[in-house]
Amino acid sequence: MIEFFTSDTFQTVLAALNSGFLKTLQIFFFTLVGALPLGLVISFGSMSRFTPLRWVTRTVVWAIRGTPLVLQIIALFYVPGIQKWFTWPSGESGRMTAVCVAFIINYACYFSEIYRGGIQGVPKGQQEAGQVLGMTKSQIFFHITLLQMIKRIVPPMSNEIITLVKDTSLARVIALQEVIWMGESFMKGNSGISGLVWPLFFTAVYYLVFSGIVTMLLGKLERKLAFFQ
Amino acid sequence: MAILDVHNIEKHFGSTRVLEDISFSLEKGQSLAIIGSSGSGKTTLLRCLNFLEKPDQGSIAVNGNVIFDASDPATQRESEVRKKRLHFGMVFQSFNLFPQYTALKNVTLAKELLSQERPDFKQNKKAILDEIQAEGEALLAKMGLAERCNHYPSQLSGGQQQRVAIARALALHPDILCFDEPTSALDPELTGEVLKVIRSLAEQKTTMIIVTHEMAFARDVADEVIFMDGGVIVEKGPAREVIEHPREERTRQFLSRYADAN
Repeated sequence: MIEFFTSDTFQTVLAALNSGFLKTLQIFFFTLVGALPLGLVISFGSMSRFTPLRWVTRTVVWAIRGTPLVLQIIALFYVPGIQKWFTWPSGESGRMTAVCVAFIINYACYFSEIYRGGIQGVPKGQQEAGQVLGMTKSQIFFHITLLQMIKRIVPPMSNEIITLVKDTSLARVIALQEVIWMGESFMKGNSGISGLVWPLFFTAVYYLVFSGIVTMLLGKLERKLAFFQ
Repeated sequence: MAILDVHNIEKHFGSTRVLEDISFSLEKGQSLAIIGSSGSGKTTLLRCLNFLEKPDQGSIAVNGNVIFDASDPATQRESEVRKKRLHFGMVFQSFNLFPQYTALKNVTLAKELLSQERPDFKQNKKAILDEIQAEGEALLAKMGLAERCNHYPSQLSGGQQQRVAIARALALHPDILCFDEPTSALDPELTGEVLKVIRSLAEQKTTMIIVTHEMAFARDVADEVIFMDGGVIVEKGPAREVIEHPREERTRQFLSRYADAN
């Protein structure tokens, strides 16, 4: 057993999986950093009193949520080049950029609906209390609504974020070498190793550990917000 | 001169007319009780005064200055409405305290935000905030809540929450303090502590408008009473007179339902 863990094969596979998982993490964090604020902007659009804006926003959200993320990644990566609009940077960085853009747009649309539910779930009386105290709209949002909204959305957001951990594997569809791609490569042949099945299944360990950490952190946030009702 | 002059207010929700030809005035230091059954338009009237609803017709003047005129859009600009609101304080039926802030922060938050607009805020930040804080503590102490400054709303009883809400409204020194059924959401044994606070405010000559179902309280505490029914003012006059010797048949009918309770 110990021989196995110290073998060159294991070390090679582990290094490859680590580098693949680094890509996975990059997609995950870039998506969160982009989609968390973008989702808020989209949610304001979908609640706008200006009807055309509301209509356009809701249509976009419907289209994005109604089609597979895989399709969106493929389209975003290949169509601009085919149509000669622009080309992504060549190589791995181009793939990573395209994937992140697709993920950010997709997740922002899901987040926007969660935000909308959270904002609309804050009782109207809260806003009115701010208004009669002479607060501006943005003061009401940032000082009153926001934290109450965050408290409301942590559980549904946790769901979405854990889904994101695993959705990152879709990036392999445009040959981005994330952890699943790496795992699978040892079946086909990589670094002179082929016909190995276990690396693919071993990737599950990475996902489990990482989603465990994410779950723990979000649980911590939920407890932190338990000081008010 | 009256501190408040309400002239010909009319308000529709869709095709339903909820307020019709509402006119009254209020002198500084006086308290006015508005009574009437549910759906008579009492709350809508208060909400119009606080710019939470926009009247379709009529005008509102405070200290002789017209702050709202339905026929003059210049009086309805969002930026100015915000300042004009500060003439009125509002205490809601359901308190509407901010759950994520302590009692003290609930009282001081709006004032802190307003003070940021002061030209000397940057220089005197600490002094200004300290003063607001001290004032907030004093207000809560006046409400009998000195020990509750650092409690969150969920840790307070309904009566305590409503007293925090009264302190919050008072913190901005409104010309006229409005109460929208301040005890209706409270258990009967908790209404007393809130009414006591309002009573002492009346004794200190705070100008107030109180929408209430507490007839005995209206009679004893208010100077004037307005009885509303179906969106119109049916009867108005000195509190004791209207409640004990109503002139109108509709007022009599309404009050007779409370006769047993009192």
